[in-house]
Amino acid sequence: MTATPDVASAAVDLRSGAADLIARKRMIAFAAPLLVLVYFGYLFFAFDIPGLVDRARMDNAAILVADSYSYKTHVTHDNRNGGLSYAVEGENKGTYPEGMYPDFVTPQGDDGVEVRLGAGEMAEIDGSTLRYLRPDYGWVTVTLEGRDIRLETPDGEVPDWISASSSRVSITGAGGRAAVTRARSEVFRYSFGWELFWFTLDSPFYGKTPGELAALALSGDRVVDGMSNLSAIVHDVWNNRMWRHKDVLWALFETLLMAFLGTMGAAIVALPLAFAAARNFNRLKSIRFAVRRVFDFVRGVDGLIWTIILSRAFGPGPMTGALAILITDTGSFGKMFSEALENVDDKQIDGVASTGAKPLQRYRFGVIPQVTPVLLSQVLYYFESNTRSATVIGAITGGGIGLLLTQAMITQKDWEEVSYYIILVVLMVISMDYLSGWLRRKLIKGE
Amino acid sequence: MAEISTGQAVGAQRTAEIQDAYMAMTRTKQMYGGIMLVVFIALMVSGFMLADSRNAGGFWDGILNVFQFPGEVVAEASEKIANLPALMVQFFPSLLETINIAAASTLVGGLVAIVLSLLSTRGLARFPKAIGLFRRMMDVMRAVPEIVIALILIFILGGGPVPAMIAIAFHTAGALGKLFSEVNENADLKPVEGLSSVGANWSQRMLLGVVPQVAPNWLSYALLRFEINIRASAILGFVGSGGIGYDLKNAFSWGQGRYDEVAAIFILLFLTIVFFDQVSGHYRNKLVGKA
Repeated sequence: MTATPDVASAAVDLRSGAADLIARKRMIAFAAPLLVLVYFGYLFFAFDIPGLVDRARMDNAAILVADSYSYKTHVTHDNRNGGLSYAVEGENKGTYPEGMYPDFVTPQGDDGVEVRLGAGEMAEIDGSTLRYLRPDYGWVTVTLEGRDIRLETPDGEVPDWISASSSRVSITGAGGRAAVTRARSEVFRYSFGWELFWFTLDSPFYGKTPGELAALALSGDRVVDGMSNLSAIVHDVWNNRMWRHKDVLWALFETLLMAFLGTMGAAIVALPLAFAAARNFNRLKSIRFAVRRVFDFVRGVDGLIWTIILSRAFGPGPMTGALAILITDTGSFGKMFSEALENVDDKQIDGVASTGAKPLQRYRFGVIPQVTPVLLSQVLYYFESNTRSATVIGAITGGGIGLLLTQAMITQKDWEEVSYYIILVVLMVISMDYLSGWLRRKLIKGE
Repeated sequence: MAEISTGQAVGAQRTAEIQDAYMAMTRTKQMYGGIMLVVFIALMVSGFMLADSRNAGGFWDGILNVFQFPGEVVAEASEKIANLPALMVQFFPSLLETINIAAASTLVGGLVAIVLSLLSTRGLARFPKAIGLFRRMMDVMRAVPEIVIALILIFILGGGPVPAMIAIAFHTAGALGKLFSEVNENADLKPVEGLSSVGANWSQRMLLGVVPQVAPNWLSYALLRFEINIRASAILGFVGSGGIGYDLKNAFSWGQGRYDEVAAIFILLFLTIVFFDQVSGHYRNKLVGKA
C-alpha cells in the first residue's frame, strides 16, 4: 500500500530530473556556440580586422611567393664609370667572373648587351641607353642625357607598367624588369629554382649535370690540385658562400643541442627534487610544500622571462638557450615526476623490503622500474617539443637556426633562404617526432 | 627412492641452469645499462662543453652574473614601488590582447583540429583513403614553429595581433588534431552505426554519434593547450607581434630607467600564467572525472 506512492514519486523525481538535465544540455548546446560567436564578434573589432584589410600588403605576399621559388639575375651597367656586370640576386658573392656570362645574355661590343627575357620580351643595354621590347607594345627606350633620364615610348604615352620621373624610370614587364637611375641601368631576369644551391660560380663544378659530376667523382683526373674530385665536390658544396650549408647545418645542430641539453638536464635536476616533493617518499610536509612552490614558481615565470634573464647573464648562444629550457622544464618535470612517484604501487616496494633491502635498494629495485617508462615517455615527448621551442628561443637569445631564420626574414628579400630554413626545421622536427615515438615504443613497450 | 633422488638431481640441475641463464641475462642487461649511462654522460658533458664554447659569454662568468639583471630590476622596482599599480593598469590592455590571441587561436585551432581529427581517425574518416594524407598534414602543421608563420605574416599583414593569432592557431590545429584523433579512436562506434542505419549523413553521424562521447576529453586537451598558448603568445609578442610581449621588449631594450615597467610586466605575466594554470587544471580534473 505504501510502496506505490513512493514508486510514483520516485518516477516523478526521475522524470523531472531527466527533463531538467535535457533542458540544461539543450541550453548548453545553443549557448556555447552562441558565446563563441559573440566572442569572435568582439575579436573582430578588438583585433581591428577591417583595418587589417587596408594594411595588408598583397604586393609583399607576391614578392614573397615569387622569391621563394625563383631567383633573379641582375644585368647592371655602371652609368658613371661604364662597364657591365652580371650577378645572381645582385649579390657580390653571386657575381659572374670576368668572361663568364649567364646563358641568356649576348654581349655586343664593349659596352653593350642583349638580354633575352621571358614572355618573348627582350632588353638591350648600349652604353647609357636601355631599350626594352614588349611584343604587344613595341620598343621602349630610356636614355640618360647628362643628369636627365628621358623615356621614349612608341605612342608617346606612359603606360601603367612604367613609372617614370626625371631621376628614375622603372619598367615592369611580364618576363622581367628594368630600372634606370643616374648611377646604373639594370635589367632583372627571373628564373625558376634556387640558383647556386650546390656550387657557386667560382667553383669548377658549376653548371655540371649530376651525371657529369658522378663521372668526375669516379675519374682519376684531378680538377683541383691536391684534392680528389669527390672531396673537392663535397668541399665546394659544404663551403658554398651563397647558401652557407656549413653554417646552416651547424645552426640546426646547435638547436638540437639546446633541446637535448635542456631537456635531459632538466630531467636530471628534477628527479631528486621530485622525490622530495612526493607524499609517499618525504614525510616532512614543510619541505614538500617548499619544493612544490619552487616548481610552481619556475613554471609560472614563463620561459620567455627566463630566456631574457639568462641572455643578459650568458650572452647569445646555444648555452643560454639550453639553460632557459633547463630551468623552465625543471618545473614541469618536477610536477609530473612527483605525481608519477605518488602513484607508484607500494606492493613492489614492500616485496623488495621483505628481502631485507636497504632504503636505497628499495628505491632502485622497487620504485625506479615502475616509474621509468612513465618518466622516459614524458622526457622524450618534451625533447621533441623542445626542438621546436629551441627555434623560438634561438630567435630571442641569438643562437641556432632561429637566429638564421630571423636574420633572413628581417632583410625581407632572401625568402628563398627562409623557405630553405623552414623546410629544414620542419624536417628536423618531424624526424624528432618519429624518433621519439620509435624510442618510446622501443623502451616502454619493449617491442 | 632412486627415482626421487634422480628427480631431485634433475630439478637441482634445472634450477642451476635457470639461475645461470638469469644471471647471464642480468649481467648483459647491466652491461647495456652501464654502456648507455656512460654514453649518455659523455654526450651531456661534451654537449655542454660544445655549447659553452659556442656561446658568447662563458658559463662560469655567466653563472656569477645571473642575479645581476634581476637584482637591478628588483632594486629599481622597489625604488619606484608606488608606480607599480599604475603601470599594471597601464599594461592591462596589452595583457588582455595577449590572452585574446591565445583564446582566439585555441578556438580557431581547436575547431580545425576537430575536423582534421575526425578525418584522420580509422573507422570515422569521411575519406578512408586520405587518412594518411591528413595525418601527414597535421605532422607538418605541428612541426612549423609559430615564429616562422608569425614573421611571414607580419611581413604581409603588418604588426598586430592577427599574425600571432593565425600562427598559433596553425600550430594548435596540428597539435590538438593529433590528440583529438587519439581520443576519437577510443570512441564507441555503436552510436555511429545506429545513426547510419537511420540514414544520417557523415556530419550528422559525427555531430550526434561521436562528439557527445569525446567532447569532455577534447575540452580538457583544449584547456591545456590554452595554457600553452598564453605563453606562446607572450613570446611571439616579444618577437614583434603585439600584446604584452611587445611592451616587455620595448621596456627591456630601453634598459635602466624603465625596469619598473619590466617588473610590472613580469608580475602581470606571472600572475596570469599561474591563474590560468590553476583554473584550467581545476576544470580539466572535473572534465575527465577526477575529484
